[in-house]
Amino acid sequence: MTEAAALSPTAVEEGRRRRARLKARRAESKRVRTLVTPEGAALNLRIASFGERFGAFILDVGLQFMLMFAIIFGIASIAGAFGFRGWQIAWAVAQILIFFVRNFYFIFFEISRKAATPGKRALGLRVADRQGGRLTANAVIARNFLRELEFFLPLSVLFSFGVDGVAGWINWLLLLWCGVFVLFPLFNKDKLRVGDLVAGTMVIHAPKVQLLKDIASVMPQGEAATGIRFTPAQLSVYGIHELHVLEDVLRQSTPEIKRSVAERISDKIGYAMSAGETDLAFLEAFYAALRRHLEQRMLFGERKEDKFDRR
Amino acid sequence: MSDHVMKSYRFREEREADWKQLEDIIQRAEKRGVGGLTDQDMARLPGLYRQAVSSLSVARNISLDQNVVAYLETLCARAYFFVYGTRARMGERIAQFFARDWAAAVSAARGPTLLAFLCLFGGALLAFFLTLSDNEWYWTFHGGWDSRNPDATYDELRATLYNEQRDIVDMLGAFAAQLFSHNSGIAIFAFALGFAFGVPTAVLLIYNGVYLGSFYAVFWQKGLAFELTGWLFIHGVTELFAVILAGAAGFMIGGAVAFPGRKKRMQSMREAGEKAAMVIIGAVVMLFLAALLEGFGRQLINHDAVRYGIAGTTLIFWLGYFYLPRRADGDRRD
Repeated sequence: MTEAAALSPTAVEEGRRRRARLKARRAESKRVRTLVTPEGAALNLRIASFGERFGAFILDVGLQFMLMFAIIFGIASIAGAFGFRGWQIAWAVAQILIFFVRNFYFIFFEISRKAATPGKRALGLRVADRQGGRLTANAVIARNFLRELEFFLPLSVLFSFGVDGVAGWINWLLLLWCGVFVLFPLFNKDKLRVGDLVAGTMVIHAPKVQLLKDIASVMPQGEAATGIRFTPAQLSVYGIHELHVLEDVLRQSTPEIKRSVAERISDKIGYAMSAGETDLAFLEAFYAALRRHLEQRMLFGERKEDKFDRR
Repeated sequence: MSDHVMKSYRFREEREADWKQLEDIIQRAEKRGVGGLTDQDMARLPGLYRQAVSSLSVARNISLDQNVVAYLETLCARAYFFVYGTRARMGERIAQFFARDWAAAVSAARGPTLLAFLCLFGGALLAFFLTLSDNEWYWTFHGGWDSRNPDATYDELRATLYNEQRDIVDMLGAFAAQLFSHNSGIAIFAFALGFAFGVPTAVLLIYNGVYLGSFYAVFWQKGLAFELTGWLFIHGVTELFAVILAGAAGFMIGGAVAFPGRKKRMQSMREAGEKAAMVIIGAVVMLFLAALLEGFGRQLINHDAVRYGIAGTTLIFWLGYFYLPRRADGDRRD
């Protein structure tokens, strides 16, 4: 390519972007665990990131607090209706309910069919067996009782000691303890916390994906149906990465972006848009033609990854 | 159809209806369980699942439509978790736990249980004799806030053992307080700390034994040992048994980490974790029962002989429940 030979600033910039993209993709592929089903098919499961898990945990703790407040508030209002006679009973009942929320919230939700607490579900996470077997109730219990040790124990001790005014170094020790366990997932490749280690579980990111309309369905017949035709030379400019970017553009961008993308593509491949031809029609036609072209080459074992790929 | 139609497009067109049908079945199954599915769904599910899985591997090779591949990936994963997920219902699982699994797990863990027993009562015996020989030892193990200390009189100590007020409010309060007492915490931590080779578990058990033993010595010196035993063991049989089992669960994990044998350490820990979880959840159930006995039984029953009777009955019950051999059942599921 002439621009690569001249090493224009845009070419340098493009090269840098490409390296960054490939690096991000390598990092992403490190998080994928392949699970071979009994049918012999491979399922790619993505390990949940530390950030996702931490976010889910914060959500769950917040929800637990809200539940506890709701219990206290509800029972207090009932007790208030009785003029607070026998408020000790009300307090005891509230304590018992809180005991259950506190100890069995995680277990209750993770044993259920969705294998996820509300916080995890909100972020598209679920608990799974590390070897692809089924998630047993015992594993869920083990991983959640260890959570007590990892997080809630040091924290509760920290708060109770704060009142008594015990030596400061104990507090620091407890914080250190807490930190080691909380940050533990950062230091292994499966992002496991100690509870996962003991229970043989992992947390995966498996959000629901909707099946959208095939963009190529507008013109499955390809060029034959419309007047828009591309030469093989025009189709061999781009690779799979560009096709996927184009797919995203077509699915979820504004008309202005579509317009500028259409201009850049027609510029680059040297295609002159005829009068009355909309950007959308051009992009869809080009998408269909490019996908057909690349898929055909893929069948022959040639995956052209991106426009820099000289295949 | 003409040759012009894209292969991946035709591929999708032919199978899309089946994917949607599978998604619909899985959606209902996730919401309402197997109960939400008709017989027809159940009959179609395996075929649809296998078809989706094979669609996925084909799509990866022929289709460059990101959305289709991502959709199939998640659809297959969801279907996989359902098809190979647990089938038993919650009620069945719980019934099976009490009927077989719990007792089987406990009786299989005799070694760790014995070890936990020795730690707890070894610590208790040690502290008992130390405190008998010199009362100063008591203050080593206890804080000053407890009125039941060596300086208390016979009458003061005796008054703590019997309860003249029989108020439902007090009982409920005592029950709730017991739930939050350190015992359930100790049980969970004895288990959770097990993975550090079981050492913290042993320390925790011995420490609790020491606490108990020195306490016992105070009453022994005042000639109240008989009364204290009744007061303590009416619920203590269940409670201490639960603490011992929790410790045993911790030792199971610790042992699996320290001595994995031929297995990989992770694998060994995970297998032990499964069994230990069964023991520990049972221990939590026992602590709950112990809290009931303590909250209500001990407040209502102020007669020594009846207290001893209940203590003996619970001991025989637990030993029989855990260790008497069962008739083996045909279909064992875990």
